[in-house]
Amino acid sequence: MPEKNQRQAYGAALLELARANRNIVALDADLNGSTQSIQIEKNLPEQYFEMGIGEANMVSVAAGLALCGKIPFVHSFAVFAAGRPFDQIRQGVCLPCLNVKIVGSSAGLSDFGDGATHQSFEDMAMMSVLPHMTVLAPVDAVETVKAVKVAAAINGPVYIRLNRNDLPILTKESDPFEVGLPLVLAEGKDVAICANGIGADLALRARESLGKHGISARVINFSTIKPLSAEATLKAVNGVRGIVTVEEHSVIGGLGDAVARATGRMPLPMARVGIKDDYGQSAHSYDDLLNHYGLTAEAVEEAVLGLL
Amino acid sequence: MDQKLIDSLKERARDVRLGIIDALGIDHRGHLGGSMSCADIVAALYFYKMNTSPQLKDDPNRDRFIMSKGHSVLAQYAALAELGYFDKSVLATTKSFGSLLQGHPERSTPGVEANTGSLGQGLSIGVGMALAGKADKRGYHVYAVLGDGELAEGQIWEAAMAANHYSLDNLTAIVDMNGIQAQGRTNDRYRINNIPGRFAAFGWKTFEIDGHDMGEIVWALDEASMVKGAPTAIVARTVKGKGVGFAENSHAYHNNLLTPETRSQAIASVKAM
Repeated sequence: MPEKNQRQAYGAALLELARANRNIVALDADLNGSTQSIQIEKNLPEQYFEMGIGEANMVSVAAGLALCGKIPFVHSFAVFAAGRPFDQIRQGVCLPCLNVKIVGSSAGLSDFGDGATHQSFEDMAMMSVLPHMTVLAPVDAVETVKAVKVAAAINGPVYIRLNRNDLPILTKESDPFEVGLPLVLAEGKDVAICANGIGADLALRARESLGKHGISARVINFSTIKPLSAEATLKAVNGVRGIVTVEEHSVIGGLGDAVARATGRMPLPMARVGIKDDYGQSAHSYDDLLNHYGLTAEAVEEAVLGLL
Repeated sequence: MDQKLIDSLKERARDVRLGIIDALGIDHRGHLGGSMSCADIVAALYFYKMNTSPQLKDDPNRDRFIMSKGHSVLAQYAALAELGYFDKSVLATTKSFGSLLQGHPERSTPGVEANTGSLGQGLSIGVGMALAGKADKRGYHVYAVLGDGELAEGQIWEAAMAANHYSLDNLTAIVDMNGIQAQGRTNDRYRINNIPGRFAAFGWKTFEIDGHDMGEIVWALDEASMVKGAPTAIVARTVKGKGVGFAENSHAYHNNLLTPETRSQAIASVKAM
C-alpha cells in the first residue's frame, strides 16, 4: 500500500490555502520544521509568527489575531498544543468561539524516540470536552489535506490531530469528508470496527484476517469525531452485533467515548482498543511501542473475537 | 496641559466610580477594590485617548481595550454605559441571571473586545491584536490594563517577550499597581517588586505615574502613543478601593458586598472626591 507523510501533506495543504487567503497565518513554538508550518515561514514569511517556546502565550496571541480577522493555525506537538495551553484554549478561544485552529502534530505514540513527555494520549479527550471545538483526526495524507480545508472553512475553533510518520493511503480523493459523518471504508455485517488516525489501517488489516475466520467486519472511519452525528453513527453501525473502537489515544475520553455516546440510544456490546490509562516511553521504532501498547491488527482481531 | 480637559475627565472618572457602585448593587459580592483603583485610567482611555465609540465598535481601525485583570470589569461596564454601548439601566443587572453584563468580560457584551478573567491572558491577546494591526498596516493602538498581582502569571512575561520581539509600539500595558491582591498585600503574599524595572528589562519603554492624577495619566498615555519601536508600559501607583473611604487600601473589599448603608456611604464618598 502506498504511504505518505501526514505532516508533509499538512504543510503543503496549509501553504496552498494561505496563498489563496492572506488572512490565514501560522504560529509555531520552535517546532516548525517538525510540524511543517515552516512551509509558511519559508514561502509566506509575512503570514508566519514565530512565538518562541511559549505555548500559552502563542494560543492567546492567536485569539487576539482572530479577533482582528486573521485565521490563525497554531502548531506544536499534540501533547504541548492541547495540554500546556488548555486554559488559554478554553477561556480565550472556545468560550468566545474564535476562529483559531490548533494543530497537534506528532500525536499518540508517533514521536516514538522522545518518550512519554512527547507522546499524547489525552489530546482528543481534552479538546473534545470543550464546547464549540471541532475535533478532527484524519486517517491518512489524503484526508489531512481535506481536514485542513474543512478547518479553514469553519468559522470557529478546530483541533486537528496529526501523526508524525508515513502512513498508508486508505482513502480516495473523491471520498467525502464531512464533519460529524462517519464513512464506511469496508463493508461487513458481524461487527463494526470504528477507527481514526492509524486505527483505520489496523482495522482494515484485522478485517482481512477476521474474514479468514468467517467473520465479516465493517470498518468505519471516524476521522471527524466531534461534533459526531448520533443518527449517522447509528446508521453506520446498523445491523452488526458489536462495536470495537480503535484509536492511538487513551481509551478514556476519545473515540471510544464518542461512539458510546452516539450509540447510547441503541447500545451494542463494545470493546475499546487504545492506550489503557497509561503513559508512553521511548523506543527506537514506532512498531515496538505499538506492539507494547496493544495497537496492532492482532489486538483488534482479538478484541473482535472477545466480543462476538 | 489643558485644565478644562483634566477637570472634565475627573468628572468622567467620578461617573465611572458611581457606575461601579450601580453595577455592584446591594448585597451581591463584587470586585469593588480593583475596579475603583483603575477607574481614573479607564476614564482617561475611554473619554480621552482611545479612538472608539459605539458607532465604531466594528470598525477595524478602532483602538482596542482589554481588561486583562478581568474582575475589574465593573469599571469598564460603567464607562461603556456612559458612552452608550448599552443603556445605563443595564448596569444594575450586572452578574444577575441572563444579564448582558457577566461577572468577567465576555465578547457578548457590546464594547468588550476579548474574554478575560483567567488572569495573565489579556496581554497576550493584546499582542495578537497589535500584530494584526502591524500586518494590516492599521494605525490602531491596543491598551491592556493589568493588575500587579496578575504579574505573577508567567504568561504575562511570555507576552512581554513577544511584544519586545515584534517591536509592538502599538501596544501599551497599564499596570494598576494598587499593591493589594485577593488575600492581602501583594508584596507580602507573593513579592513582585520593581515592576517598572522588570518591564524595562524585557525591552519595554516604561513610565511611572500616580494612577489617580489625571494630568499624569493623560501625559503618560500621550507619551506612550508616540514611542516608536518598542512596546510601552505605564506603571500606575494606585489605591485599592480609591474613592470609597472605608474600602481604600484594604483587601476586605477586593470582592465584597455593599449594604444599603455602606452603599449610601460609598456614593457620598465618591461624590465628595
